[in-house]
Amino acid sequence: MSMLHLVNKSPYENNNLSTASSIMQGGDELLLIEDGVYGAVKAGKASAMLEGCTVSVMGPDLAARGISEDKLADGVNVIDYNGFVELVEKNDKVQSWL
Amino acid sequence: MKLTIQVNEGPYQHQSADSAYYFAKAALEKGHEIYRIFFYHDGVNNGTRLTTPPQDDRNIVARWSELAQQHDLDMVLCVAAAQRRGIVDDGEAERNGKDATNIAPGFRISGLGQLIEGGVQSDRLVVFGD
Repeated sequence: MSMLHLVNKSPYENNNLSTASSIMQGGDELLLIEDGVYGAVKAGKASAMLEGCTVSVMGPDLAARGISEDKLADGVNVIDYNGFVELVEKNDKVQSWL
Repeated sequence: MKLTIQVNEGPYQHQSADSAYYFAKAALEKGHEIYRIFFYHDGVNNGTRLTTPPQDDRNIVARWSELAQQHDLDMVLCVAAAQRRGIVDDGEAERNGKDATNIAPGFRISGLGQLIEGGVQSDRLVVFGD
């Protein structure tokens, strides 16, 4: 059983990313959407939280916030809505951290 | 894959109303089935046909109605949330003595049981909110 964790808040706004990453297990994956994309920025507050996690980030939400892909932490996958659907398909459950 | 989508926030208020739409559209284009879209809390404001955004802005409500028509979607507004926010269909107008309705095409008003059933009947429940 694997779970896709959706985080839509910046790590500078609340602790959802930190909570999600501490609860994630084995094959779980993390997807950062909306303001959650701030968590994927290299050498940011959340960099240490992402270590060891499989992390994807929504490209359209990055672009809307003026964050270029070269500013992202190493190993983060940039995806679009098709990729979002594929992650939902690939994981058995989806948990939105609202 | 069979999906139910829950939307907790209103249009022009929070990005989740946009995220949910683009996710639903992508899922349908990839050939997945959307069993139901359930609008809860301020999300019921996605279902008023009286919304009139500026012409150069996206019309979030009309966009949902078009998607529902194209793909025969079941889009449900939570009845208690809709009553509080003044989203009314014919049945609710009669039941509560209202002089008008404002529900948009493709939406219907029903209970929270529809969300639970959607979760049970679908392979995945994806929630968009604040």
